[in-house]
Amino acid sequence: MVIATLCGMGFGTSMMLKLFIDDILKAENLKAETTPWDLGSFKGNRADIVVAPVDMEPHLRDYPAKIVLIKNLVDKQEIKEKILSAIKELS
Amino acid sequence: MHLDQLLIRKAIQAKLDLRTRDEVIEKSGELLVAAGAIEPRYTAAMKRVVDELGPYCVIAPGIALLHARPDDGVKRTCLALITLKTPLAFGHSSNDPVDLAFALGATDKQSHISALAELAGFLSDDKFLRILRESEDSAVLQESIFDVLHNRK
Repeated sequence: MVIATLCGMGFGTSMMLKLFIDDILKAENLKAETTPWDLGSFKGNRADIVVAPVDMEPHLRDYPAKIVLIKNLVDKQEIKEKILSAIKELS
Repeated sequence: MHLDQLLIRKAIQAKLDLRTRDEVIEKSGELLVAAGAIEPRYTAAMKRVVDELGPYCVIAPGIALLHARPDDGVKRTCLALITLKTPLAFGHSSNDPVDLAFALGATDKQSHISALAELAGFLSDDKFLRILRESEDSAVLQESIFDVLHNRK
């Protein structure tokens, strides 16, 4: 499974999201390849799940992936619930 | 790199009386320029990022993380923090208003990652957030932050 985390630059917010998600996956004994991207470079790439800040939603409409939108990017609980439910939906 | 190396003491300022999002970006850029960490053009780049990509920089309730690209004029990896006297709307759908603004400058896409992970951990800690929000004075805020950072090691 490929998970893409997005932000505008590809190394700030998206990197923080990747680190949180990797921790969650490890704790749950799940395997996925998590890569941080900036929005511009990501367009055209394939991912099963795209995780992004909620206000990036307008840029992701119609994107062919399961889109997970996060409101509070430092809230591990919110990230965990949303990412695990997305993984469950896809598996 | 650890968070205490990333944060520039003098670029931590408490309870500033700023009135707009752009003033917050300008002030945090100014602090990093004064510290010799970025070129002035980095400030304009941070503004452009918010204009182009929207208010997603408000990463959590009340907390903005501003940044642009390494090649926008970063001289050394750095982090500034401004706390606001009056919380300001940045236009975010759920995390407004902002009263804590971090400005990050990174020289590349890797070196700041462990510090950023540390920061993310602190920002999910209510006790730490209370310290940031309750410090009325810059010197006190600077002391309190570095106290916490050093005691956690």
